[in-house]
Amino acid sequence: MNNIVLLPVLIPFIAGTLLILFRNYPKAQRVASAVVVLILLISAVHLLYTVYQGGILTIELGNWSAPFGIVLVADLFSTLMVLLTAIVGVTCLFFAFQTLAKEREKFFFYPFYFFLLTGVNGSFLTGDLFNLFVFFEVMLISSFILIVFGGSKYQLRESYKYVVINIFASGLFLIAIAYIYSLTGTLNMAHIAVQIAELEQQGVVNVAAILLLIVFSIKGGLFPLYFWLPNSYFGPPAAIAALFGGLLTKVGIYAIIRSFTLIFVHDISFTHNIILMVAGLTMFFGVLGAVAQFDFKRILSFHIISQVGYMVMGLGLFTPLALAGAIYYIAHHIVVKAALFLFAGATQKITGTTDLKKMSGLLKTHPALAWLFFIAAVSLAGIPPLSGFFSKFALILSGVEEGRYLIVAVALLVGILTLFSMMKIFIYVFWGAPSLQKQDYAHIKLMPLLMPIIPLIVLTISMGLFAEPIFVFSETVANQLLDPSIYIDSVLGE
Amino acid sequence: MKTNFLMFHTITRIVSFIVLSFSIYLFFAGHNAPGGGFIGGLMMAGALILLYVSFDIDKIKKVIPFDYTTIIGWGLLIAILTGLNSLLFGDAFLTQYFEYYQVPIMGEVELTTALPFDLGIYMVVVAVALLTILSIAEDVS
Repeated sequence: MNNIVLLPVLIPFIAGTLLILFRNYPKAQRVASAVVVLILLISAVHLLYTVYQGGILTIELGNWSAPFGIVLVADLFSTLMVLLTAIVGVTCLFFAFQTLAKEREKFFFYPFYFFLLTGVNGSFLTGDLFNLFVFFEVMLISSFILIVFGGSKYQLRESYKYVVINIFASGLFLIAIAYIYSLTGTLNMAHIAVQIAELEQQGVVNVAAILLLIVFSIKGGLFPLYFWLPNSYFGPPAAIAALFGGLLTKVGIYAIIRSFTLIFVHDISFTHNIILMVAGLTMFFGVLGAVAQFDFKRILSFHIISQVGYMVMGLGLFTPLALAGAIYYIAHHIVVKAALFLFAGATQKITGTTDLKKMSGLLKTHPALAWLFFIAAVSLAGIPPLSGFFSKFALILSGVEEGRYLIVAVALLVGILTLFSMMKIFIYVFWGAPSLQKQDYAHIKLMPLLMPIIPLIVLTISMGLFAEPIFVFSETVANQLLDPSIYIDSVLGE
Repeated sequence: MKTNFLMFHTITRIVSFIVLSFSIYLFFAGHNAPGGGFIGGLMMAGALILLYVSFDIDKIKKVIPFDYTTIIGWGLLIAILTGLNSLLFGDAFLTQYFEYYQVPIMGEVELTTALPFDLGIYMVVVAVALLTILSIAEDVS
């Protein structure tokens, strides 16, 4: 039995449960959650290594065999996502130790942090459409709680919208699942793929496909359904915002990529052209939002939207190179975006604000913070030799090869605007005369704040320097995705 | 003016007893027949809420002095451990085992690992339902 597939789901789940029982011991909670999250990281690395060496692992829960029971499937793409989740989970948790107010810890921060990771990992690993819905709900309910954490007036207002939108999306998701079930008579994703191939994807199947696309677009923040994102990610503390910004939308993107490489692959000229169009609009409008903002966290939130567009662009082009670029981009984005949100948290801790116009001159007072931020910022904008460049390069190269010049032009323009808005942050926050007096920030130690972020920065630099092996790995992942029969065979048997 | 709840109290005593015993019946009927931890738990929560409504929150708190948050934790833990149990035998997570035994008086009895799993669910459902309703009820505006 391949029970190691379960570990990334079970470890945080058990940890969260135990932490409920020990809620009155904040110190024990900190130590325990730090240990658990490191174990999670190790298990994720181990799982990825095993899958890379030995091919796709599946486990049939409760020994109910494949099309009937629930399967968890660990292929390269899902385990890569699990690994990224674990990395972001570790850094955000250690950052939360530094920044989270003591009184907030008692209100079940750590249990729900782990339940969120359970939901995210479960969504990546499950091979069953309804189970995906369940793990989405686990993730969302935890995120509802984490997003109101602290309960300021602004947070309550915005998280109310967040809850309403997500419940609506979940309702639509359920309808889409029912639709697919009535068409195919199965919920197992591999089995659905087999059935759809026999049905010939047209008419009503395309309706179901677009319905699923709409659902995942709401979760993933695609055009025109991203309106909820910037406001709701602005509210919570930086550690939580980083976790959300790094991970949650990517679960939606993962679900889109999974369903449109495995299940709905028979009418590419229809579905994937829609995806490509949505990708272009998402990129463009997301970055316009970022250019217009003057708040650290809001700019970053709008950037999530525009960059989600790049990932979906790779799917829309649907060539091995483009998909590899998209996967590279997801990995790059999760790491860099989490780092940037943590930088926003660190500067907020130092200056007490996220408004760009109220900050200046941090380059003189906190040079380490400034230059580390600079690396993350230019990496996000796609300057070589950092990770952002190579992933965008693959996407744009593939776009040129396919002759989709319009999307290439949009992607390049968005790259420039991204650079512009990151430089705007850099200029406002770090240049100019120092606005802070020595006694204002002397009591805040910088190193503990930077320690959780440094691994992410190292990761983005090394992902750029070692682009060759990582790109080869992304291509392996992409090739595995583009051949659904590998996935189907490993779930259903030969 | 002091209102008299005699009728209400008397009926509540009888009805809640019936509901509670039916909830336990449903709990044991589960996993093969309609019933189970979830539905049994909801029914028990219903009975307890009836008690809270007809008597007083403070009075019932003295009678049922449990911390529902802790019950949620234990319930989840029991359910997970039942699932993990199968790992010891090298089977997949959540594999269930069952065996039939002859017990005096009761005759043939089925013992299954689905039962402790259901017990976990039962505890979680009761505690979540009560915790939700009580925290709204106690909210002083």
